[in-house]
Amino acid sequence: MNAQPVLEVDDLWVHYGTVPAVRKLGLTVGGGEIVGLIGPNGAGKSTTLHAIVGLVPARSGDIRLRGASILGRKPETIARAGISLVPEGRRIFAQLTVEENLRLGLVARTGHNDADRDLGWIEELFPVVREFRARQAGTLSGGQQQQLAIARALVAGPDVLLLDEPSLGLAPTIVDVVFGALTDIRERGVTVLLVEQRAQRTVALADRTYVMTNGEIRMTLTPADADDTERIIAAYMAS
Amino acid sequence: MNHVQALIDAIGEGAVFALIAVGIGLVFGVLRLINFAYGQLIMVAAYALAFPGNWPDAASIGLAVLAAVVASLVMERIAFRPLRTADPSTMLVATFAIAYLLQNGALLQYTYRQQGGLGDSIGTLSGLNQAVTIGSLHIRWVTFLAIGAGLVSLGGLALILTRTSIGLQMRAASMDFRTARLLGVKADTVIMAAVAISGVLAAVAAVVLSISSTSVNPTTGFQETIFVLVGVVAGGIDRLVSATLGAFAIGFAIELVGTELPNSGATPFTSNVYMPSVIYLAVIVVLLLRPAGLFARRGQRTVERV
Repeated sequence: MNAQPVLEVDDLWVHYGTVPAVRKLGLTVGGGEIVGLIGPNGAGKSTTLHAIVGLVPARSGDIRLRGASILGRKPETIARAGISLVPEGRRIFAQLTVEENLRLGLVARTGHNDADRDLGWIEELFPVVREFRARQAGTLSGGQQQQLAIARALVAGPDVLLLDEPSLGLAPTIVDVVFGALTDIRERGVTVLLVEQRAQRTVALADRTYVMTNGEIRMTLTPADADDTERIIAAYMAS
Repeated sequence: MNHVQALIDAIGEGAVFALIAVGIGLVFGVLRLINFAYGQLIMVAAYALAFPGNWPDAASIGLAVLAAVVASLVMERIAFRPLRTADPSTMLVATFAIAYLLQNGALLQYTYRQQGGLGDSIGTLSGLNQAVTIGSLHIRWVTFLAIGAGLVSLGGLALILTRTSIGLQMRAASMDFRTARLLGVKADTVIMAAVAISGVLAAVAAVVLSISSTSVNPTTGFQETIFVLVGVVAGGIDRLVSATLGAFAIGFAIELVGTELPNSGATPFTSNVYMPSVIYLAVIVVLLLRPAGLFARRGQRTVERV
């Protein structure tokens, strides 16, 4: 990896009660990279993301954004520091309009000057967001809601975009839209950490993909491994 | 008794109840906490109104607003914030404790002042108790004040909630606090904003109630708040609009039933012993038929705490 690390996770342990959900996890995401994190259900992928954004406390270890520790900070502080999470299940505000959802995305933005320019390319990336601006977000289809959720996270102008299973429950054509958008997002200088169940697509897209089972990272795959289905399956079975 | 007059008086009572309901509902929205000490917040504001004695009316009212907002923020800082992640019942019991603390504090100061009666008279805007005669109607100015204050306060709040960033953040936080925080919404700021606004609303309610009764005592605001809570639950607490409508309906019903039923006078709580039974019966029927509340949206489930 040649890019300067933007997000670093070091020897992270997260417990639910006495049960460790994440064990000695270490990962690095360089500037402008797309890094994948795959693994079976319950492997600790979402917990890792939640620890990064401050939703669950870490037992030990460290999480750094551009070299500065963000461990133990409040979720709102971390959001304002430049990490946006697109949560699992999208979590858009169904009773608010599409525009209001986007305005909420602006809350975490620290420099407000170029918000309009950012909104421009975000709306270009997801035209539905512009088209249904005045609609109640709850009336959008699942795929449209997912696009709104990603747009809302991008409006904040984050350095790092975390996505928790963005393709879950979406029609294949929408999955193409979402995966295609990630490449554009990277080109805009946003670093991406993608948690997914679609292993093969993630491995093919990401610069590096960590395979996580039982709370630990077992293997690192590169796009060259994308067609090596057996290797991916073996990584899943490693638990 | 003129029916139109009864109707107008009922709207006035409903407006005050609606104000109290919004004050309670705002805080419930962001904290999932029913503040049982809200009536005592009204009492604090009413005492602040009475305290200066001969200040100009505007200054007394300003002091009442200040007192209610400060008391509300202090309550949040010393009681709600440390308990924010505690069990809901713990928070609920804490608000009971604050309610009794404030009420008994008000009682104690009469011992300290060695004053005979339990009550201070309030002279602020006392002219508003005069009735204006329109045809056969005799309506006190304070009734118009209640309706006007209700409309202006709720209208102002609606503007804050829909037109400002902090208002949008408050709405988002009351829908899904966790996701709101992930978007950078500061939990403390949003909660303090809601608590401060609820303090202002308590002061407005206190001014109307105090002018109407011309005095303040340790139980000022108590009975009204209990009835409002009933109305809020009957209307549906998880939406500000339905909670407010529920409280308005209860206030409206109490005043109307109180004046329209035989053997009753102007103050419904004391003059008609059957009144609470009638109201509570209605509430029980409402909750049996519509557990999520009378004004809840179709298919809406009862509220869950995140």
